[in-house]
Amino acid sequence: MKRTLRVDALARVEGEGAMYVRLDGDEVADVQLRIYEPPRFFEAFLRGRAFTEVPDITARICGICPVAYQTSSVRAMEDACGIAIDDGPIRALRRLLYCGEWLESHALHVHMLHAPDFLGYDSAIAMAADHREVVERGLLIKKAGNTLMEVVGGRAVHPVNVRVGGFYRAPTRAELRPAAELLERARSAALETVRFTAGLPFPDVELDHELVALAVDGEYPIDRGRIVSSAGVDIGVGEFDAVFEEHPVKHSNALHARVRERGSYLTGPLARFNLAFGALSPAAREAALEAGVGPVCRNPFQSIVVRAVEILYACEEALRLIAEYEPPDPPAIAIEPRRGAGCGASEAPRGMCWHRYEIDDDGTILAARIVPPTSQNQLAIEQDLRRVVARHAALDDDALRARCEQAIRNHDPCISCATHFLTLDVDRT
Amino acid sequence: MKPKLAVWKFASCDGCQLNVLNLEDELLALAGAVDIAYFLEASSATVDGPYDLSLVEGSITTPGDAERIQEVRRVSNAVVTIGACATAGGIQALRNFGDVREFSEVVYASPDYIATLDTSTPIAAHIAVDFELRGCPIDKGQLLEVVSAFLAQRRPRVRAHSVCIECKRRGTVCVMVAHGTPCLGPVTHAGCGALCPSFDRGCYGCFGPMETPDTAALSVRLQELGHTDRDLVRVYRTFNAAAEPFQIASEAHEANAES
Repeated sequence: MKRTLRVDALARVEGEGAMYVRLDGDEVADVQLRIYEPPRFFEAFLRGRAFTEVPDITARICGICPVAYQTSSVRAMEDACGIAIDDGPIRALRRLLYCGEWLESHALHVHMLHAPDFLGYDSAIAMAADHREVVERGLLIKKAGNTLMEVVGGRAVHPVNVRVGGFYRAPTRAELRPAAELLERARSAALETVRFTAGLPFPDVELDHELVALAVDGEYPIDRGRIVSSAGVDIGVGEFDAVFEEHPVKHSNALHARVRERGSYLTGPLARFNLAFGALSPAAREAALEAGVGPVCRNPFQSIVVRAVEILYACEEALRLIAEYEPPDPPAIAIEPRRGAGCGASEAPRGMCWHRYEIDDDGTILAARIVPPTSQNQLAIEQDLRRVVARHAALDDDALRARCEQAIRNHDPCISCATHFLTLDVDRT
Repeated sequence: MKPKLAVWKFASCDGCQLNVLNLEDELLALAGAVDIAYFLEASSATVDGPYDLSLVEGSITTPGDAERIQEVRRVSNAVVTIGACATAGGIQALRNFGDVREFSEVVYASPDYIATLDTSTPIAAHIAVDFELRGCPIDKGQLLEVVSAFLAQRRPRVRAHSVCIECKRRGTVCVMVAHGTPCLGPVTHAGCGALCPSFDRGCYGCFGPMETPDTAALSVRLQELGHTDRDLVRVYRTFNAAAEPFQIASEAHEANAES
């Protein structure tokens, strides 16, 4: 029997995507993650802009992870100008702002987008009727993250305080205090969320994607690092093109990225967790082990637990950074443009976000390239779908479609980002 | 019966609809007051129209979306656009000043796979709109006010004066007068609460033009502060580039820069 499953507009993902699955009997004939989000051509219109404009313009690629774009873009511009801000108070403030983004994005995804799949609800709002405390916990953590972004960045969506070289104004210690109070409460809530997610029902699936993440000795990767993988890649950010490639496919407005020699790979929370487990805070490691996911977790459905562990870590890391905070003075290093090229990468909540720019002597942008996390994960998501469909082919269309959507949400796709990205069609022919 | 609310997405970054979910303290109360009948980013359950209030995010950039917005109008009693994309075409309207085919070739190796229009246009260029809420992104307090106003069938209290008034109100010292920092505050619509000046930087125009913007007078001052015509093209050409007063200003400076 041939059958087709389609979801024309995926819900509870960021942006517009669709899914198409075609089965021939129990054989999976085709699986496509379709990204039909209209393209917005950022890389084209960045040409001719000033090098100082990248944090404001690239933030607009994504309302959920603007700090990822801001951080990668300013680091790339600094690299082009021969400056690396790898340590010190400006770097610490960048990492603090980034913790805020991890918290708001992960809290939204875990409690409001992904948890309803496991508990059988259409939305967090429907789920709140029976599990109000879960939704309220999510909202509390999200608010802590957003508050941190407001205090450091000016606002939660498209922060205004990030510039090439640092910040426009460093917040005072007193300004950080209300955020710290919320973060203390969020840390307790995060521990509850790790325990809650650990108790959810998980299908028994093991995946063997090559895992790719940034790496810094002794640190959990967030705002910078070298690029490493579970298959032994260990390169500088500037060597990305030597190992990875992007190519267009007909069913998607997002380019597909792959490891040149091996094919698909996965970036994001599972990659970071497996590659840098030892660098988590002791409490986050302990919570992960208690939840049964550490130090190795290869079940993509358990990414919800890993995200909860990263929430706990981000609370602790933000509190540490606030406790040690010294306002950078001046808040930014003066950066003089020079003709050249530079690369920057950081860990968006959903995976590595890589940028490269070429600039002229006066700082005018000559070329721009942006590789967002979801375009890197598209092939891995399609492979996951293929396995999920093969394993659950006996399910009726509605149940199979729901399981497929859940498998896509495992990777928290950010479609607005990837378009330059999703509808589920299941075609059972 | 509770009023039915729908949230629609066109070309955008999702940041404005995220600000609905960012109403952490009010979200569950809002969900109690209205039936959130269509909101794909938050729910896979959809209720058929008609809807009492439709919030529309994003601009029109594809032939399919130009048709879909007509359907949104047909099933909506009131349509409110949220954000710079829906209200002025957004940052993607920078294509209006370039060659979209060439843009496509820069980003995609096989541009034939991409279906797109030559321009990015605001929702009001396609359908009648009942209220336009500005900002890149919108302010969530203003969003709550607009939704409350439509539910109570009163006019939203959203002021159209400049960011300058907001600086005065919060007691922020003028960054342009005191420090010579170039600032778009005098011509920019209020709503953000004068964030940038409170972070020691000039306003960069996220909320688009205020009700009576004198861009010519501001440009003179910005030139005194060292901006060239080329700089001024960029200054007016960001997230609200296709809003008429900003478009006229950027085109004037572009003509100067080329002459």
